[in-house]
Amino acid sequence: MKEVAIQVEHLSHYYGQHRSLKDINLQVYRNEILGIIGPAKSGKSTFLSCLNRLNDLIPGSRVEGRIVIDGQDIYGPRVDVVALRRKLGIVFATPVPLPMSIYENVVYGVRLLGKNNRRELDQIVEESLEKAGLWGEVKDRLHTSALKLSGGQQQRLCIARVLALKPHYILLDEPTSGLDPISTMKIEDSLRALKANYTIILVTNNTKQAARVTDRTAFFLMGELIEINETPIIFTRPRDKRTEDYLEGRFG
Amino acid sequence: MSSNGTNKLEKSDRLIKLSLLMIALSAVSVLAIITIFIFEQGLPIMFRYGLKHFLLGQDWYPSEKSFGLLPMIIGSLMVTFGALIIGVPLGLASAIFLTEFSSRRLAGFLKPVIELLAGIPSVVYGFIGLMFLVPFIRERFGGPGLSVLAASVILGIMILPTVISITIDSIRAVPDSYREGSMALGATKWQTVRMVVLPAARSGIIAGIILGMGRAIGETMAVIMVAGNAADIPGSVLAPVRTLTSNIALEMAYASGEHREALFATGVILFIIIMILNTVANMSSAKQRKKGSGR
Amino acid sequence: MLRINPRTEQKIISYLLYFLTSIAIIVLIFILTVILKNGLPQLSLEFLTKNPADMGREGGILSTILATVFLTFIALLVATPLGVGTAIYLTEYTLEGRVTKIIRFGAECLAGIPSIIFGLFGFILFVNKLNFGWSILSGGLTLAFMILPTIIRTSEEAIKSVPMAYRLVSFSLGSTRWQTVTKVVLPSAIPGIVTGVILSIGRSIGETAAVIFTAGSALRMPTSIFSSSRTMAVHFYILAKEGVSMPKAYGTAAVLVISILAINLLTYYMMGRYIKKKS
Repeated sequence: MKEVAIQVEHLSHYYGQHRSLKDINLQVYRNEILGIIGPAKSGKSTFLSCLNRLNDLIPGSRVEGRIVIDGQDIYGPRVDVVALRRKLGIVFATPVPLPMSIYENVVYGVRLLGKNNRRELDQIVEESLEKAGLWGEVKDRLHTSALKLSGGQQQRLCIARVLALKPHYILLDEPTSGLDPISTMKIEDSLRALKANYTIILVTNNTKQAARVTDRTAFFLMGELIEINETPIIFTRPRDKRTEDYLEGRFG
Repeated sequence: MSSNGTNKLEKSDRLIKLSLLMIALSAVSVLAIITIFIFEQGLPIMFRYGLKHFLLGQDWYPSEKSFGLLPMIIGSLMVTFGALIIGVPLGLASAIFLTEFSSRRLAGFLKPVIELLAGIPSVVYGFIGLMFLVPFIRERFGGPGLSVLAASVILGIMILPTVISITIDSIRAVPDSYREGSMALGATKWQTVRMVVLPAARSGIIAGIILGMGRAIGETMAVIMVAGNAADIPGSVLAPVRTLTSNIALEMAYASGEHREALFATGVILFIIIMILNTVANMSSAKQRKKGSGR
Repeated sequence: MLRINPRTEQKIISYLLYFLTSIAIIVLIFILTVILKNGLPQLSLEFLTKNPADMGREGGILSTILATVFLTFIALLVATPLGVGTAIYLTEYTLEGRVTKIIRFGAECLAGIPSIIFGLFGFILFVNKLNFGWSILSGGLTLAFMILPTIIRTSEEAIKSVPMAYRLVSFSLGSTRWQTVTKVVLPSAIPGIVTGVILSIGRSIGETAAVIFTAGSALRMPTSIFSSSRTMAVHFYILAKEGVSMPKAYGTAAVLVISILAINLLTYYMMGRYIKKKS
């Protein structure tokens, strides 16, 4: 029996008057890679930002329903939002290295906790970069500006930055949309390696990528969850006609 | 938004927000304090002698309890108007030339030069006026040289940088598509500027002129040095003149009692004029912003 | 009515504009040249390192330079935290609404108030009511209020130009708002903030009307923040207005103008680098 890590019940999300997510119900299991596919503006990114409450920062954003993560209702009254965001690290579509060195980028979140022990930080940097598959490429220039890295390297740095916080979950929002095939492959390799220790939710507009790396796939369309199932089943015998149409490239 | 958690970090963040709000209110508070102090010092005497005495009285003899500010009000208006006559055409022409007619390189060089000159202290402008302009007027046109004309010219030059840079900014804010559309219809560059660019940039330009006007009417030291400062209504542009600002600056050092109060009353009048100008400029530039973003 | 060919009209107009622009530029350049031509010969090490003697007829301007520096320093010390704090509040801690409108309105009005009014106000509040007397402190505080709007506006622009994505990333890595401000937003905005501060220094150095009634015009070495002192600008004004000594007046003006131009050039240089870095 697989352990349920995230339970989403009747989740709706509004930007002002606009309802961007409609009554979403799904579960995420521990240590799986859940893919979320669907055309642009179907609510995939909004769904991610509901999970770590980044949507709190957007004026006019409102949530209905329940999200329970590790047994805790994250919209409940006593939630430490800062701790929640550490637990669910997020990687955005465009890599955004902060304007500081590679090293400082990786330890940014760790330093926020007040950890400043040099040896400890060094170790975190090496581990995180290693897991993100970037260590070999940058170990000799850790203290140079992160802005000088290539796009693919920057994105892996962003993954390392998230890993440094020792999160339980990694949310990826179309992480390879701006990258070349080789960089994409490297990131997909890292994801497969990370699965052992993390629960991963991967939003992607590249259905082939979902097929390559995910265990289960959810199909979102215009704010609704159309269907969710084992990835091979979704790709070979989708239950809903709209899923089939999307996968065959008839729209989106 | 959902209910907030109550942990230490969030609590301290709320404390920070509150302190920042306090700081942010400092500018408004300073404005309020200045207003209160100037009015508190200046209003009582105005009511004691009557507004009419101050606004319409022609005699300024503080030692004899005569506080007519009309010569200074007229003086301020005259030099400000004079400054606009000189500064606005030069300023607008320079701004139009630099944005629409000159090469990019020339404009890239001249705009910073003009802005650098905005930093020259007003006393320096006054000094130059005293050394060169005043003798020139005395010899060419007669009179004492220290005059409405001298003050107007100096102020006109002083407001140039303000008028030029604000006009340049508002002309640059006009989308290029307007120009291209007009040129495509066969208009010459000047026709395009006159019929399309300037109307589109109008409220920004007006805001710039009004700000320049505020600078002219509020300027003190430069005016004192070249205006002659006689507290009479000037009979011609070659006659000496005293402005509201110079009235304060000239006598503040030794004034006391009602005399000092009367100087604050001068400040009150100046303050009100400036506030009206600011509000108009504010509305004008807000209009331009709205137009710019509303498309 | 005379109808002119549009192309001829265009030609005439562009010559006219060229002519008027030249006048404007020539006048401004003329002022600079006169001051430097007459002032530079007066400058010497002695002029900068000796105190004025005989009401300024003899000696140098050391005490006035120091008074200017102290006054400016106090003004910045007070205005920078207030201004930057206000900008942080406006951009990071609140949404556009009535409060921000009031604050912006206050700052804009403050920017338009003539310096003589600041002088009157500083005289009543600091010199008289708070009993600081004519002093560096009174003058510095008055100047602080005068430069506050400039610092608010430039800081706000600098902070606004920091990419939104930086903030999002910082929050997503579990930072509080204040941590995001201090660790990501401010470091990126520093060059722009410094630019505003430097501009304010230029303004403080050249200010006369607000200073003469708050810091006084006593010609002596400032020894504490409570000593009455004459700044360079006030010194120049008195030398020139009362005809004390034209050579010394030119010399003082040259120091004044050169330091302000140097400061403005530095600002330009920094802004240029800042813009280049951002793009």
